[in-house]
Amino acid sequence: MSEDEDRTVDLDGVSGGGAGFNHEASSSKTSCCPSPSPDRVLEIVLENVLLFLTSRRDRSAVSLVCKSWYRAEALTRSELFIGNCYAVSPRRAIERFQKVRSLVLKGMPRFADFSLVPPNWGAHFLPWVSAMATGYPWLEKVYLKRMSVTDDDLNLLAKSFPGFKELVLVCCEGFGTSGLAAVARECRQLRVLDLIDDEVMDDEVDWISCFPETGTCLESLVFDCVEFHVNFGALELLVARSPSLRRLKLNRHVPLGELLRLMVRAPRLTHLGTGSFSLSEHPAQEEQEAASLAAAFAACKSLICLSGFRDIVPDYLPTIHPVCAKLTSLNLSYANINAEQLKSVIYHCHKLQTLWVLDSVCDEGLQAVAATCKELHELRVFPMDAREDGQAFVSEVGLLAISEGCRKLRSILYFCQKMTNDAVVAMSQNCPELVVFRLCIMGRHRPDHVTGEPMDIGFGAIVMNCKKLTRLAVSGLLTDKAFSYIGKYGKLVRTLSVAFAGNTDMALRYVLEGCPKLLKLEIRDSPFGDTALLSGLHHYYNMRFLWMSSCKLSLGGCKEVARRMPQLVVELIREPEEEDIVDDVVEKLYMYRSLEGCRLDAPSFVTIL
Amino acid sequence: MESTVTYKSDLNLKATELRLGLPGADDSDNEKPTTPVAVRNNKRPFSELSDESKSVSDAKDGDRETAPVAKVQVVGWPPIRSYRKNSFQSKKIETEGAGIYVKVSMDGAPYLRKIDLKLYKGYPELLKALEEMFKFTIGEYSEREGYNGSEYEPTYEDKDGDWMLVGDVPWDMFISSCKRLRIMKGSEARGLDCA
Repeated sequence: MSEDEDRTVDLDGVSGGGAGFNHEASSSKTSCCPSPSPDRVLEIVLENVLLFLTSRRDRSAVSLVCKSWYRAEALTRSELFIGNCYAVSPRRAIERFQKVRSLVLKGMPRFADFSLVPPNWGAHFLPWVSAMATGYPWLEKVYLKRMSVTDDDLNLLAKSFPGFKELVLVCCEGFGTSGLAAVARECRQLRVLDLIDDEVMDDEVDWISCFPETGTCLESLVFDCVEFHVNFGALELLVARSPSLRRLKLNRHVPLGELLRLMVRAPRLTHLGTGSFSLSEHPAQEEQEAASLAAAFAACKSLICLSGFRDIVPDYLPTIHPVCAKLTSLNLSYANINAEQLKSVIYHCHKLQTLWVLDSVCDEGLQAVAATCKELHELRVFPMDAREDGQAFVSEVGLLAISEGCRKLRSILYFCQKMTNDAVVAMSQNCPELVVFRLCIMGRHRPDHVTGEPMDIGFGAIVMNCKKLTRLAVSGLLTDKAFSYIGKYGKLVRTLSVAFAGNTDMALRYVLEGCPKLLKLEIRDSPFGDTALLSGLHHYYNMRFLWMSSCKLSLGGCKEVARRMPQLVVELIREPEEEDIVDDVVEKLYMYRSLEGCRLDAPSFVTIL
Repeated sequence: MESTVTYKSDLNLKATELRLGLPGADDSDNEKPTTPVAVRNNKRPFSELSDESKSVSDAKDGDRETAPVAKVQVVGWPPIRSYRKNSFQSKKIETEGAGIYVKVSMDGAPYLRKIDLKLYKGYPELLKALEEMFKFTIGEYSEREGYNGSEYEPTYEDKDGDWMLVGDVPWDMFISSCKRLRIMKGSEARGLDCA
């Protein structure tokens, strides 16, 4: 469930490793020749050892030792991670890594999730799937994030890889039920089909019916983001003939009665997304359904992860009691429940490590979480009213309670309307294990609501005290001081998100000059100009990308960067209606390192300098 | 279609009009537009932004700070995916803002209309509005026989994808399950009665 998977640097190899390949090295089983030369023996040994090396960072290090190590590593890398699909071309990747079985590919910048990137910007899967169709016929796994994927792409994927096992699409769009049907039909070895936060089009194709009729290898089927009905009868039959199924996440169009029938067929599920969780419209049946529900949960002895609850009637939440004691992950972020209703279940969830809730549970609900969930690693509190001047029901009180109760906290995402420095400082002191700290005070430029001070001290304490921090998102009223703290103490920070913050260019300079591990920087609506942009030239080749929108950049400044950094792609993104860049002002800048130079598929509203 | 229809309130075309001014500037009912107005920040000097922050930072008044001056809605802020935002459209705490808009089609009419079900308190008002919108008459409703006295019948598609006769279920259940409306004509309409 965590969206934060980037734990190591990606592979792009900007350092531009060795030249061609020694093809003799490609097979460790030499057939006809006499005993191999000593060099070859060493290479064979190395290749065999490297088979055990899985960490991306380690592999990257190995590839830099010398040419033969570079070759050996390239031949034994089976998992390819491409953090930016435009950093390297498919052809180049396939030439270097010939034995890849698993691909992770990421496309659009994250701010695309918030409508800041116009449609049709790019990140097309097509060139990748086409190249891999011939280059990696033994491909087994594909994980895509923020890519544009069409039905044709899925069709090609389905037909090209006979051993294909896992497809995970996160925040992707451009495909629909016909593409899914192709995958279901052709990928006979399919174990995992996970659709997470995608936009799926309804072509009215019954893709659920397309899975192999004799039985499937399915272990995981996730489609909670699909916004239309699936054929329930076919789903029930599918579950019945998928003995390995352990993860099933239904969409909101699966009502309770149907959920019950599925649970009965799949008592060994470990992860369940409950769909709408709303009761039948016939009051007479409600009690019976509730009783059946409790019994069904009691029968699911292996359940450790629960989500869904899209249209929940809160009174029936307690039916999940039988599984609470074993739950490690609970996602109630679509459930409009209050503190009392949360308490009825949370008091049993002693083993909980991941919790997503709505702020409808209020500070009081969070206090209950703090009292019980001592093993909590990740907490996300989403707002019911997602407007900047809306009502919020959690505040510094909830944050403080969590910090005092959940000392093992590693990751937090907290939306609120008011906060204090004291609470944030307390969290920095109470939760030294924090790796991800994302606080979103929804009203722009809001100071500490008790002291009236900027939130500098709070965020300063976070970077100072949380020595393992790698991801930070700031908000509220922030001066340059906050950024000086980040630059001074945030030595491990890799991802930084900034919005409506800072006073002058110095703020950005502090960060660019002070944070050596900075990999991803996304900034919006902050007063940073060309001077600040140019202060980062020493570092941009070490970064995956920089996003700056609604700042104070000019065309001249961006051109200067492009001129001095030839291996950076500097994209200026306009609104599609705009003909050309107006008044020398750069509204949106997206720049990233790349081995390939200017991309050829840029739409008309993108100017690449 | 003539535009002499009258609903309980205006179509409020102004709210959906694209403009660069502050929303609510010339609107009497102070309704926030459902789609945020895209702000071109490069046209706003930054001194304006800091003025706003000063108006917000009157934080000494304890728990409930005074509501800030009506701010321009900014695209993509707060940073919540639209999927999640939209999930709570019909679950707003105070019922202001989002309505329940459904498409309405009528057999034989060249194009569809859209109405906000929240504007009506019950079936009589809805049916009257439909009659006025499409210039036809609906017959008398009876539970046993459906609509009598007209060749038109109002039907709707519910959450499960089934086509139902308008009027059979309680009003609240109807507006929460209605996905779209269709005014059926002639023999097809009769078929629903006999089901």
